[in-house]
Amino acid sequence: MNTSQTPVAGASGSRAGMKKELPEHFRSYKHVWVFIEFELGRIHPVSLELLGEGRKLADQLGVELAGVLLGSGEHGLNDATGSCFAYGADLVYLVDHPVLAQYRNQPYTKVMTELVLKYQPEIMLLGATVLGRDLAGSVATTLKTGLTADCTELAIDDERSLAATRPTFGGSLLCTIHTLNYRPQMATIRPRVMAMPKPVEGREGRVVPYTPDLQEDSIVTKVLSFLPDDASEASGLAFADIVVAGGMGLRSEENIQLVRKLAAVLGGDWGGSRPLVQKGWIGADRQIGQTGKTIRPKLYIAAGISGAIQHRVGVEGADMIVAINTDPNAPIFDFAHLGVVADAVTLLPLLTEAFRQRLLVNRLAG
Amino acid sequence: MRIFVCIKQVPDSAQIRVHPVTNTIMRQGVPTIINPYDLFGLEEALRLRDRFGGTVTVLTMGPPMASESLRKALGYGADRGLLLTDRFFAGSDTLATSYALARLIEKAAEEEGMPQIVFCGKQTIDGDTAQVGPGIAQRLGLSQLTYVSAIDEIDPEKGSITVRRRADHGVQVLTSRLPAMITMLEGSNHIRRGTQSDVLRAAQAKITQWNAAAVGITDLSLCGLRGSPTVVKRVFAPAARSEKADMIPATGGGSATAAALIDAIFARQPALEEDLISAAGGY
Ligand SMILES: Cc1cc2nc3c(=O)[nH]c(=O)nc-3n(C[C@H](O)[C@H](O)[C@H](O)COP(=O)(O)OP(=O)(O)OC[C@H]3O[C@@H](n4cnc5c(N)ncnc54)[C@H](O)[C@@H]3O)c2cc1C
Ligand SMILES: Nc1ncnc2c1ncn2[C@@H]1O[C@H](COP(=O)(O)O)[C@@H](O)[C@H]1O
Repeated sequence: MNTSQTPVAGASGSRAGMKKELPEHFRSYKHVWVFIEFELGRIHPVSLELLGEGRKLADQLGVELAGVLLGSGEHGLNDATGSCFAYGADLVYLVDHPVLAQYRNQPYTKVMTELVLKYQPEIMLLGATVLGRDLAGSVATTLKTGLTADCTELAIDDERSLAATRPTFGGSLLCTIHTLNYRPQMATIRPRVMAMPKPVEGREGRVVPYTPDLQEDSIVTKVLSFLPDDASEASGLAFADIVVAGGMGLRSEENIQLVRKLAAVLGGDWGGSRPLVQKGWIGADRQIGQTGKTIRPKLYIAAGISGAIQHRVGVEGADMIVAINTDPNAPIFDFAHLGVVADAVTLLPLLTEAFRQRLLVNRLAG
Repeated sequence: MRIFVCIKQVPDSAQIRVHPVTNTIMRQGVPTIINPYDLFGLEEALRLRDRFGGTVTVLTMGPPMASESLRKALGYGADRGLLLTDRFFAGSDTLATSYALARLIEKAAEEEGMPQIVFCGKQTIDGDTAQVGPGIAQRLGLSQLTYVSAIDEIDPEKGSITVRRRADHGVQVLTSRLPAMITMLEGSNHIRRGTQSDVLRAAQAKITQWNAAAVGITDLSLCGLRGSPTVVKRVFAPAARSEKADMIPATGGGSATAAALIDAIFARQPALEEDLISAAGGY
């Protein structure tokens, strides 16, 4: 049993008379924090997206926005601090220690917990990445506070409480979750769900350094090596400007190529709905949706996809959604901008050819 | 080796329906399955037992009917099933769930000895949070190894383990100490078919059932709804966009439809056409 659990946040608070007013012991919890995921010398884009979202929450609450940056100095930590300010942070808690050079659960959990207990944030946001999910669960458990996973929308309600909305099981529902009696209120948010804010170059802020008591000897897990992915061909999907995707309406594995061809003509990337992954027609890194990739392209073309909520939340950020489906009542037409009731297997090749012609003519003319 | 595997009984998501009026999940008649992600941990546990001997115990917290899932796991070859069930656990969020499961693991460890590994699934398909495993690890002081794609080396005597972990930008090779909480990545193995004798044994096996008191939980305020810091305030169907999609008539043949669709796309997004012309060069 881990007896080092810290007495916490809310644990002492009386549970009576909740909800109505902020209990006295909550008043010391203020500010919105974003955990800055910093690996291989760069900030994960989701952390910058969360600074944008955190900025809105902090302004609404009338508090400051802080980035929490852990790492080891050799790897450009100072530049990262500057980026935090440019993307909206008022201050950065900077923890620079050799033990933190590569992410490991134990020292990161220890440092995050100590920082929370010392500086008492009201809200803490993390990316729902491999790292963020590994860390958030540990930190929330140590603090005995609430953690809402994979949120797609954040807001502050009338009672100054974080309303964290996430899709829930069942195919067509969302639920809004609050952490009423505990602080901080924690949430993870998937990459690409929140818009990337525009950086303001030269924007400044305060650096609050923190020196943790960490010894390498007491960390049980060691990183023997790291085998980086080669710039995998699918890695661009989340960031592509144009995405074409197929669903079960394609009917067969061979028809995936219809989607790929259209994507190629448009210079975009391609993907599919989850059943295609489950059938083994496409790789898991091509799945779009709640449990796959979230995309924010300028143009999204969905062929033979019904538009279940888990798919919808992954594509809603697209500037324009075009749906091709044989069923005029398919839910995807409820959120697509343009729709065609047609057989995707027939229409996709025609569309590919028509796009190709059109772009060719224009290019010659231009 | 002594290995525990946490499994959860979940409704088969492919078959779930939502009540159109009340917006509640209609669970009646929906078949339940073992959370698919948990089977990767179970198979890994069985493989380790094949290599080193020992026992595999499957554990779950849930309603009495969750014992069916334990029985199913025994049919794959697990040795013992433990069910923690009590009405006080109703409405548990991940913090309350990891509390209850940590107590269950400690109680089982009193009887069987402390496990060297506790396997959890990467995440569930109903909760989908991936928080319970890390919660258990934290509460029990286990080394936390999530998203493991392979166990490269393990020495139960020395208590050392080396794994490959799927990180965001590559694979981390980590060495750590046992006892550990491990979540296996999907696709890292494939659940075996149980042998005839496993299946027979499972059908007759007695599933141990404990309630909160039996695992030494005295403070019920840490359980169920009361022990859950998160509160679900609202469940709702996503709003349709205010306007529905503009429908392009699919008349006049496929080519005409394709052309009309492209016109509509570019009419709405003129900048897109420029982008495409400059970017799609070379085709
Ligand atoms: C916890 C959880 C997480 C999930 N995560 C994801 C996720 O990340 N991503 C995801 O996509 N799904 C996810 N799902 C699954 C999701 O609920 C849906 O089941 C899935 O998106 C449906 O895929 P589909 O639209 O391709 O297939 P279907 O639902 O089978 O729909 C096929 C559609 O194609 C149409 N069609 C049929 N023939 C044609 C044709 N010839 N031409 C054109 N249209 C045709 C049909 O009218 C229908 O609308 C998740 C589910 C759960 C429970
Ligand atoms: N009620 C439960 N009983 C047993 N194990 C559970 C339970 N809930 C969650 N788990 C374990 O924790 C993992 C992650 O669950 P979750 O945090 O809900 O995504 C699951 O894959 C299971 O291994």
